[in-house]
Amino acid sequence: MNLSPDQTIMFEVWGLPINATIFYTWIVMALLTIVSMLITRNLRPDVPPNRWRTTLEVIVQGIQSQINEVARGSSRYLLYYAGTLFLFVAMSNLLLVIPGFEPPTSSLSTTTGLAISVLIAVPLFGITSRGIGGYLKTYLQPSFIMLPFNIISEFSRGISLAIRLYGNIMSGAVIAAILLSVAPFFFPVVMDVLGLLTGMIQAYIFAILATVYISSATAPSPQPQKDTP
Amino acid sequence: MTELAIIAAISIFTAGLTVAFGAIGPALGEGRAASTALSAIAQQPDAAPTISRTLFVSLAMIESTAIYCFVVAMILLFANPFWIAALAAAQATGG
Repeated sequence: MNLSPDQTIMFEVWGLPINATIFYTWIVMALLTIVSMLITRNLRPDVPPNRWRTTLEVIVQGIQSQINEVARGSSRYLLYYAGTLFLFVAMSNLLLVIPGFEPPTSSLSTTTGLAISVLIAVPLFGITSRGIGGYLKTYLQPSFIMLPFNIISEFSRGISLAIRLYGNIMSGAVIAAILLSVAPFFFPVVMDVLGLLTGMIQAYIFAILATVYISSATAPSPQPQKDTP
Repeated sequence: MTELAIIAAISIFTAGLTVAFGAIGPALGEGRAASTALSAIAQQPDAAPTISRTLFVSLAMIESTAIYCFVVAMILLFANPFWIAALAAAQATGG
């Protein structure tokens, strides 16, 4: 049984093997980029918003309101970062319904890459908000004894982020494959519906956890803004 | 039993044990979380959206411990490094 799409080689470019993970990641990236570019092509004040632009606005404002509930008064860069994570993971999990599509998130390489990007983003956001000294001081936060535990928790955070997303998506694919050989026609469809729900929830959790980690590293804003637009 | 058979038997046995024990804890935890959320919704129906959103997130976080065990079981069954090494060694000696 194939545990990850890494082993499937789609084609070769100048002798460089392109596996299914990279191929489907490109498809998801191209889909997200091209659709957003097509919709926001005519973004001028005198053009009335059509239904596609309204859809994008609903998505972006939904992400922003979710982030504002977790991290009040956060910077716009947090919206860009966490929103990108959410849209990528959600799109690759939702495309599961297309036959033949293997979600890139069912490969441990993709999820590890995303988790490493979160691990890099946390100090970056922390340093831009508190300065290097202020950020390093958070490692000594309750007392000096907690320094090794804080460092360990940083790494275990990344590992659990990666394995959680990979395990959830991969288990959906494996269970569907097993059920396909046991009871075809009906049960795999039910499990795929469950996989869609799990995929959306996991995308939400991934983005929210990244937001929580980043907002715990950044300095709390002086006064909580009640209604940020 | 040959070396390969011992490795296979222990891997299968451990995979079953991993899923079995890994399912107990999250099942108990999810039951507690769901029952607490239900009674909270019964007391405060106005807060139902917030409670159910938090419930979904926490259920998925609890479930990820079961998923870790599932991943370990899948690795033991389908991508066992010891099995692959022993198989390669047996093929090398066997011809």
